[in-house]
Amino acid sequence: MANDLARWQFATTTIYHFFFVPVTIGLAFLVAILQTVWYRTDNPDYKRMTRFFGTLLLINVAIGVVTGLVQEFQFGMNWSTYSRFVGGVFGAPLAMEGILAFFLESTFLGLWLFGWDRLPKRVHLACIWAVSAGTMLSAMFILVANSWMQHPVGYKLNSQGQAVLTNVWALLVNPTFVWGYAHVLLAGLITGCLVMLAVSAWYLRKGEHVESFHRTAKVALIVLIPTIVIQLSVGNQLGVIENKYQPMKIAAAEAQWTSCKPCSFSAFQIGGGANDQTPTEIIPIPHLLSILATNTFGGAVTGLHELQSQYEKKYGPGNYVPDVFVQYWSIRVMAYLASAILLLALWGGWLLHKDRLRNSRLFLLLCVWAVVTPFVMNTAGWLLTESGRQPWIVQGLQKTVNANSPSVSATEVWISLAVFALSYIVLAWADLILMLRYSRRGMAHADAEAAEPVAGAAPSLTY
Amino acid sequence: MQLHTIWFIIIAVLWVGFFVLEGFDFGVGMLHRFIGGSEIGRRVCINTVGPWWDGNEVWLIVAGASMFAAFPGWYATMFSALYLALVVLLVALFGRGVSFEWRGKRDDARWLSSWSWALTIGSLLIPLLVGVALGDLLHGLPIDSKHEFTGNFFSLLTGYGLMTGVTMVVLSLLHGATFLALKTTDEIRDRAQAAARSIGVVAIFVNIAWCIWTLVVIGGGTVPQPTQIFGVIAVIFAQRLSTTDNDGWAFAASGFAIAAAIGQLFIALYPNVMVSSTNHAYNLTVNNAAAGHYGLVVMTVVAVLFFPIVLLYQGWSFHVFRRRVSAPPTSSS
Repeated sequence: MANDLARWQFATTTIYHFFFVPVTIGLAFLVAILQTVWYRTDNPDYKRMTRFFGTLLLINVAIGVVTGLVQEFQFGMNWSTYSRFVGGVFGAPLAMEGILAFFLESTFLGLWLFGWDRLPKRVHLACIWAVSAGTMLSAMFILVANSWMQHPVGYKLNSQGQAVLTNVWALLVNPTFVWGYAHVLLAGLITGCLVMLAVSAWYLRKGEHVESFHRTAKVALIVLIPTIVIQLSVGNQLGVIENKYQPMKIAAAEAQWTSCKPCSFSAFQIGGGANDQTPTEIIPIPHLLSILATNTFGGAVTGLHELQSQYEKKYGPGNYVPDVFVQYWSIRVMAYLASAILLLALWGGWLLHKDRLRNSRLFLLLCVWAVVTPFVMNTAGWLLTESGRQPWIVQGLQKTVNANSPSVSATEVWISLAVFALSYIVLAWADLILMLRYSRRGMAHADAEAAEPVAGAAPSLTY
Repeated sequence: MQLHTIWFIIIAVLWVGFFVLEGFDFGVGMLHRFIGGSEIGRRVCINTVGPWWDGNEVWLIVAGASMFAAFPGWYATMFSALYLALVVLLVALFGRGVSFEWRGKRDDARWLSSWSWALTIGSLLIPLLVGVALGDLLHGLPIDSKHEFTGNFFSLLTGYGLMTGVTMVVLSLLHGATFLALKTTDEIRDRAQAAARSIGVVAIFVNIAWCIWTLVVIGGGTVPQPTQIFGVIAVIFAQRLSTTDNDGWAFAASGFAIAAAIGQLFIALYPNVMVSSTNHAYNLTVNNAAAGHYGLVVMTVVAVLFFPIVLLYQGWSFHVFRRRVSAPPTSSS
């Protein structure tokens, strides 16, 4: 019971946290670009747009930071057996994240926010780039840690059965990390682009501040188009890597109970879970699964039954098949939405080329609503990777069911789950109020901020 | 010196750094309603810590992560033992953290006052709870031979732990008041100095009482430790200097007092990292809770290479915003 509750807590708090992280990664980068253009061209329009999106970034960073604290604490709080077992390996990237990324991000964010009138322009610009680098470094260390759970490398087990680090480079060249990190970084950029695009499209539809928001829509599209193209192939390559190290994850994602060669990919299917292993496939596409999972036209994918018996031989009796429903649908939600976003981005690129972006009301309407998709895709991606690892907490080394804190009772986890849920609802409500308010009415505020300070007057208060 | 001892020192330094830096913004958080007076005055107070509070808080995160990495056993036992206390701590961190960024973003009386209280209460609870937690490490908690905590929430409320928490709150108040005196002008500065003077008197007595209790807990006899003597002298200096124009020295003294307090706690703790009140044979120590040698080497290299850089740019940030903060002459938003 305590174990299940702890899992629910981890899943909900992590998914919630990861609503804000990719916005921070993406918007920090895009705001840095806007400010760079301002620095280069001295066009005041870019300054006000930097301030406008900078405010959205800051509102979002606040909640991202505080929900991140829960992540660091709850390994020890809820998963003390896990922490004792892996701390020697898993803890190192977390500590490095603090020293290399969090200090950088937070200190330079303070310098950037309060330094508009204090720092030379060039130095001030460097500050926002340092923030952007900090967000990306932070994601890097978290992915190093998470990838080790997916595919443990560079460690040995000591006499007490604890994992100890033996090769730090192995962690950094872990293929699961390399491709997973690229995937997350691109997801962050895509999220940021879609947020910026949605806000810009909203203004363009209303016909307010058209020139300014046409610029930001353009910046968002220029970053989005290559990013989404690369992302689709990176996601595909990550699937190949995972099929190699965590074949269960990919087999479950296709509800592939029997081994196949070559393997087709079903666009939709009915059934296919543990109780109905012969699903009704709708629109099967021949060879596509082989291509996705192995990068070859006729590659073999091992089925869940065969993997289950292999695992039983290796690890003893137990159920080693992850939740097929979650796997099957999360990979599809991600792939289909990403394809839709690709089409949207290409359409936007074409409109931009024809200089018809500001007039295409349907496109702009779709852009406003497309802001929902990155959050759905990001959540689906983490469900795929985390649920797909089950029953393991560390692939092949420790099962989730054995990893929680023995001294923490179910009642205590209930309390924390309820308290966090309540706090997160309050935070989400306040965040939404501010994000909408500053998205809709933030231009006046941005103009006031972007105005040149009057000589001799005390600067206005930032907070 | 062995690596795990070096990491014990690094972790102690991180906790000292956390309390010295975040201590003043806890103090400012607790005091801003009272010293600020009007809405504009409150905003001036909050803005004095504006550029730094987030960077200061990272010291807490890095301290926690370093415990996880260097002493997984310590992190695992401590964080699971303090479960419900940490839930409260996290809620306090949520409210306080977002209030900085969100408070001034809406000109609505209820909104302003809600986040103002979130900041005040959060700034009170965090040093209190972290103080209780650190005091409990030294006092001892029921821990069995497998290093698992066997008590409940009420076992965490040890007298010494609570006293440590109260001491941290009082020292943070003093530190915040001397900081505000250093960073503001006119009537806000006057109020901050007056606050430092009276809080200082309380701090002297609280600190002495807590030092004596520490000696009792460690069975150290009647001879005070050097850090304790320096700590008490620093509090007295901070109190005496707070009404003079030596704002900088008063602030340095209150910072030193906090450093001495956290320092003496960790000095008294070593070589244990968490004492078992069940049986001292079950104590977690730097030996039995540490990570592997290679991992510690890697982290030492990272810390030695990058920590000085962090100190440089954090120091630079303090330099950039060294000026006093005052209200803009006409603006009311």
